[in-house]
Formats: sequence, structure tokens, C-alpha cells
Amino acid sequence: MSVVYQKSRGLTDVSTHYCPGCTHGIIHKLVAECLVELDILEKSIGVAPVGCAVLAYDYFNCDMQEAAHGRAPAVGTGIKRVQPDKFVFTYQGDGDLASIGSNEIVQVAHRGEKISTIFVNNAIYGMTGGQMAPTTLIGQKTTTCQDGRKEELAGKPIKISEMLATIDGAKYIARVSVDSPAHIRQAKKAIMRAFQTQLEGKGFSLVEVISSCPTNWGKSPVEALNWLRDNMIPYYPLGVYKDWEAE
Amino acid sequence: MAKGKTTFDELLCKGCGLCVEVCPQKIIAIKKDYVTSKGYHPAYVTDSEKCTGCANCAIMCPDSAITVERD
Repeated sequence: MSVVYQKSRGLTDVSTHYCPGCTHGIIHKLVAECLVELDILEKSIGVAPVGCAVLAYDYFNCDMQEAAHGRAPAVGTGIKRVQPDKFVFTYQGDGDLASIGSNEIVQVAHRGEKISTIFVNNAIYGMTGGQMAPTTLIGQKTTTCQDGRKEELAGKPIKISEMLATIDGAKYIARVSVDSPAHIRQAKKAIMRAFQTQLEGKGFSLVEVISSCPTNWGKSPVEALNWLRDNMIPYYPLGVYKDWEAE
Repeated sequence: MAKGKTTFDELLCKGCGLCVEVCPQKIIAIKKDYVTSKGYHPAYVTDSEKCTGCANCAIMCPDSAITVERD
């Protein structure tokens, strides 16, 4: 028998601090597998966010840098400009990227920086205890909107992929999900494509990954993925929003 | 003779049950009467003869706790 699947060498041996069933672990695996398969692990520098993935620097088996809240794109920009031969990616959640870091992500796309961003959208602030995020769905209950998010008070959830796809400097934008093995395979293809966009020097690339938060959603891991499928994917449609090759 | 072989790393498994859900053969379960040193009920294969080595469980596992072999 031959091994067809095992833990990627792009990840360290450290056991993650993520809650049971948290899909951050799946997304970490995909990023690590892509870095290994593209043979760029040794020249990769990742930028970790503030949020649940704040300790990502302990989990990826490449050089990592921690950034202030929402500032990973600026830090990634600095690293890439000083060391243009390196592969640079940022790994950010929705509280980090879509809220306090929303200006950073728009500007990095406008400048067409040759870095790649993995944007993990689980519609809630995880680490701080389940507060409303810019991506929280209408009607979704969080600790800061206990009767559910109301449009008249908080507006509609922000659609980052659609917004960034309108920017010229962004060359590859896709939204994927990790709720099933089939979607996970698609997600990996999108991350590969985003990384190739940088390797070919085309410009900025981002993959938005629809993710779950069983703990703060108050659901079991399996229930959380069912909820994601029934509620998040209809509002955040999956697909490729921009691809430089198609232009 | 089973076509595949699935091995769980007990120290990485957090018993989330996502692998149980995606196994097409329905041969993964959670060991409810056993607790790992980390305090979780781990997943295990109930009937290894039926494993096809499809690796769905391993692809789904957020903690990279599963290794799959196939003929």
C-alpha cells in the first residue's frame, strides 16, 4: 500500500489551538499543501493576522511574521518590496481584513502588490468571543446583536470578493468554501491559482474561504457546516470573480 | 481484503466528528467510552475491511490527524 494522504510537511508538528471542528485547520492544510506542491515553501514568508489565526506562525513550516490588527497587507507589501524574490502571503480573518483592515486590503489591491491573501470569512469575531463582524449575516445572532443583525442598524454584510474584483490591480479573486471534500478540492485549486498569480508577477490575488465557527455559532462542527451551506453560501456565492488569464 | 487503510493520530484528533460525516462507507465513529490525554473522544475505524482509501476523511480533518494508504 502507498500513502495517498498524510499531514503536509508545510505544517509544523505543533497541535493547533483551534476548537474541535474549526475549519481554520482545513484552510491551513490547503495553504501548506499548495506551498509544498509549488515547491516554494522554502522561499515563502507568511503574515499572520490578529484573531483566531494569530498563532498561525507556529503552524506554517515557513518564515512567518505577525502583523498588527488588519495590517497584514501593509506588512506583506514591505516584505515583498524588500525581497521581491520571496513568495509572500497573508492569512486573515473577517474581523481582521473586512473591518479594521478594510482600507489596507483595498489599497493593497489598488497598488497591485504581488502578494496573495487568504481571507477566512466565518461571519463572526472568533477570538474575542463571538461579536458581530462586517460579514455577519442579516438575522444572525452574535453577542453584540442578540436579536440578530438588523439591516437598518448595521447595513448589509460586506462582500469583499465582489468589491475587490472591481479593482484593476487585483488579478485573481475567488470565493470558495470548505464544507465538503468536493468544495475543499475546489478551494485548493483556487489557492493554487492565486499563488501562481503571484509567482507569474501578475499582481494581487485573494481567495475568500467561507468558513465555520462552531463555538461562537453555538453549534456542533457538523451542524455548523450545514448552517454554512444553508445560509452563508446563498449570500456569498462561490466562484471565480476575477482571473487575469480570462481577461 | 481492504483496499485502503486509515490511521488516526490520537494526539492530534479532537473528536470533532467531521470525518464521521463524510465517510461514504460509514465506518468511522467516535470512541465515546475513551478519552485521549488531551481530553477528547477520538475517532476510529469501526470496520477496516470496508475502507476503500478514498481519503475523504483525511481531506476533511482540520487537525491533519488522518493518514490514508491505498493499494
